[in-house]
Amino acid sequence: MSAPEADETCRVKLRFDAARGQWVLLAPERAFVPNEIAAEILQLVDGERTVAAISMLLAEKFSAPLDVVQQDTTGVLTDLAARGAIDL
Amino acid sequence: MNSLAPPMGLIAELTHRCPLQCAYCSNPLEMVRPAEELSTAEWLSVIDQAADIGVLQLHLTGGEPMARRDLAQIITHAATAGLYTNLITSGVLLSDTAMADLLDAGIDHIQLSFQEASAELGDKFGGYRGGHAKKLEAAARIRAAGLSLTTNFVIHRQNIAHLDAMIALGEALGSDRIEIAHVQYYGWALKNRDALLPTRPQLVGANACVAAARERLAGRTVIDYVVPDYYAKRPKACMGGWGNRFIHLLPSGRALPCHAAESIPSLTFASVRETSLAAIWNEDPAFARFRGTDWMSEPCQSCDRREIDWGGCRCQALALAGDAAATDPACALSSAHAVLEAITAAEPADLPLFPRRLQL
Repeated sequence: MSAPEADETCRVKLRFDAARGQWVLLAPERAFVPNEIAAEILQLVDGERTVAAISMLLAEKFSAPLDVVQQDTTGVLTDLAARGAIDL
Repeated sequence: MNSLAPPMGLIAELTHRCPLQCAYCSNPLEMVRPAEELSTAEWLSVIDQAADIGVLQLHLTGGEPMARRDLAQIITHAATAGLYTNLITSGVLLSDTAMADLLDAGIDHIQLSFQEASAELGDKFGGYRGGHAKKLEAAARIRAAGLSLTTNFVIHRQNIAHLDAMIALGEALGSDRIEIAHVQYYGWALKNRDALLPTRPQLVGANACVAAARERLAGRTVIDYVVPDYYAKRPKACMGGWGNRFIHLLPSGRALPCHAAESIPSLTFASVRETSLAAIWNEDPAFARFRGTDWMSEPCQSCDRREIDWGGCRCQALALAGDAAATDPACALSSAHAVLEAITAAEPADLPLFPRRLQL
């Protein structure tokens, strides 16, 4: 999976916006303000980690059941990929 | 007005100077003279202010933004401030040196415009001999630099028959996104409308062409395409709503909710030379005039799409329905929709194009 900033051919950037107090994902001709769950997921996308690895880290961090987390993670990333924000 | 969300984007028309003379340009007929342009220091200050109020993306346009010698400096400043920078260019000034400067500055994305699929017709519509060849070189430089490429093709009655070839060119150049934009009839384009507006059969053909290309390129290249207002049943969400997502700055620093807003004579607009960007966004009466839904009358006020299309375009409502606060005539529910139907039903005439020229 290609990550924000890790992939030079697709300049997608994730950063914290102080004015909104929220994370924002910036891509060519579009910008997303991800919800809290999506922001947590995106912060772990580094171009190396698999969806499973990201889900494990999040399940641990929030003491949540892995299958639920993995379902959320897959959903969020699939949606962003369909909108051209990331490559899976 | 503390509940007002911050603007998402700042659209900066850096200059109205341009080597091209496209007759479908949406710049106003009365263009900003070079002597009136904001200075480098003024642009850098605007960028700082924009970042402070929560602007996320800076769209650098014109005219030809690359005609500004301080472009790299402006981009460097924006990148440092955390803004995502998008350069919208004709590409004719995008030399190897210019490309290297843009990369050093931290440019995030470039949108490159084409006038046609072939050099002969591209140069004709752009009014610039050799321009098409320079654009092809520019596209190669953008790809070689490792940037994603958006190619933009503006279509109208005189080139729409070549849409297939234009999409094929966009594909051959390695575009990640191909934008097929029907002419928007403002400024020079409105002056040339009767020579540019496609016929309904042409539109049907173009729609089919885009649908087929989308299927063929699915998963590889995104094609952005919107049916033009004059043939629409519902209006476009102009600028994502008036004063809702964007601030548009003219080369002179005048701040508009959309690029054509000065065509509404009842409104006066503040300049960043006298007023801060925060004050313009939060307090300017012109930005507040059509913001949200309170200003709407029927059929918009009770429409369940009022927060989807925001009543459409105010400038078009004025130009075609005679009232900037009316429902956009592009909407089939507008009492003035027949005006658009009459325009599109007219027999297309073979009219000369008035090329866009900056009178000095």
